[in-house]
Amino acid sequence: MTESNANVSLKPEPRPEVPDLTMPFWDAAKRHELIVPRCTPCNAFFWYPREACPTCLRSDSWDWAKVSGNARLHTFTIVRQPLHPGFQEEVPYAFAVVQLDEGVRMMSNIVDCDVIEDIQIDMKLEVKFDDISDEWTLVKFKPA
Amino acid sequence: MSLRGKAAIVGFYEIPTQKEYPDRTTFGVMAEVARGAIKDAGLRKEDIDGLINGEGVNSITVAEALGIQPDYTASMTTHGSSGATSIATAAAVIAAGLANYVLCVFGEARPRSSSRMVGQAQAKGMLPPASRATEWELPYGPVIAMNGWYGLIKQRHMFEYGTTQEQFAKLVVDQRFNAAANENAVWYGQPVTEEDVLNSRFTNDPLHLLESVMPCSGAHAVIVTSAERARSLPNDPAYILGVGGPATTHDVIWQKDDITTTPVVSSAPTALNMAEISINDVDMAQFYDCYSILTMACLEDAGVSKKGEIGPFYESTDTTYKGDFPINTDGGQIGAGQTGGVGGGFRHVVEGTRQVMGRAGLRQASKSDICLVNG
Repeated sequence: MTESNANVSLKPEPRPEVPDLTMPFWDAAKRHELIVPRCTPCNAFFWYPREACPTCLRSDSWDWAKVSGNARLHTFTIVRQPLHPGFQEEVPYAFAVVQLDEGVRMMSNIVDCDVIEDIQIDMKLEVKFDDISDEWTLVKFKPA
Repeated sequence: MSLRGKAAIVGFYEIPTQKEYPDRTTFGVMAEVARGAIKDAGLRKEDIDGLINGEGVNSITVAEALGIQPDYTASMTTHGSSGATSIATAAAVIAAGLANYVLCVFGEARPRSSSRMVGQAQAKGMLPPASRATEWELPYGPVIAMNGWYGLIKQRHMFEYGTTQEQFAKLVVDQRFNAAANENAVWYGQPVTEEDVLNSRFTNDPLHLLESVMPCSGAHAVIVTSAERARSLPNDPAYILGVGGPATTHDVIWQKDDITTTPVVSSAPTALNMAEISINDVDMAQFYDCYSILTMACLEDAGVSKKGEIGPFYESTDTTYKGDFPINTDGGQIGAGQTGGVGGGFRHVVEGTRQVMGRAGLRQASKSDICLVNG
């Protein structure tokens, strides 16, 4: 642990662990486009990005595909006590599993609604891009 | 080759689980329970020729710390199921002739609030991420420890099957009743009511604080040997009739196809088939219980109830040690505490052994010939 690491801002940001693999997603989000990996030979969408297609096991055979941004809420939990103090001002908020119409599931937040009153499993959602800084845009969802 | 009846647990030992052990160390508590289990089995340290422990500390390091030179050694790395997996592995190792007396030992003297410290260090990039999916979770504000993930499962179970908060609370009430009679439990002498559970705060809705484990310091050990050797040792052995798994369907929970179904759906039939019994022959269950929802989903997947009907099962069944179908008779992790170093699941092995051997004292169930353990 270096001195500079210890002083990293508490506000969490996406920090790609494998930037070559995942930066196209974050770059697209900045353009307000939602893209997910799709295997070219077998046509399977998958999420999250990884080295090989989990359907056919071909490596480096997939490309990014733009998707509709339409989704349904698979399940969710209301956060009262976030792990990271950077989220303290946001509570209560919805930490959710979202199922895209293309079939893949991703973690996200449900926004633009009362998270205690208005959220129900299976509700229709659409993508909402949240520009949290000049550098980063998060892919969130709101009621459709 | 079936492992049915090939091996048996012949000794066990544990020290009381506590929030922390201010003056103890991880290697110190592991040595203490190893010594106790070896003595309980009527063996000497020199007899031990196999060693299995949990993840986080390499078994070779543990062997040196304990001053043993085993012929077979392994660290289990299947997270919560490592405890039960150690027994399946020990039985296979013994049946294959790779070792005669296997010491399985789990424990940790953990620093206070280490879950929060580790999680925050991961979030700040000072420790490696928790999983390969961390990049896709962290920006959305995860909850401490595993609370968020099990909140997602519970919410979906309530949606799909109509399971109620009261039904989840019943599990906690029964287990805390059991823990109240267990001197080694962190909640010894402290039962709770349904109102206590329902009035405890949401860590994250719909999950209540009292439905969650408290990470603790603790240590547990058992000795496994062949059925033949077991017969000449002092204790009435607990024979291993069948094992299944460790099966897996996911690393991160939201990657599961069916979020309310657990890998027990494959491991339980494997174990029961090997044992040549059905779920109806089982007298009691000691099932992994980091959260109420996980125990309930796993019990469904083992066939204790039909899928989706575990809520009504709990409503109509006394699952205390006095009851018709006792579950987690030592209080489980929810009642007795979650031993660090993936020792939480090993608690279920020790209590199953205790019950089958007839050595559970006040908590001895009226019928405990066959116990199903899910680590």
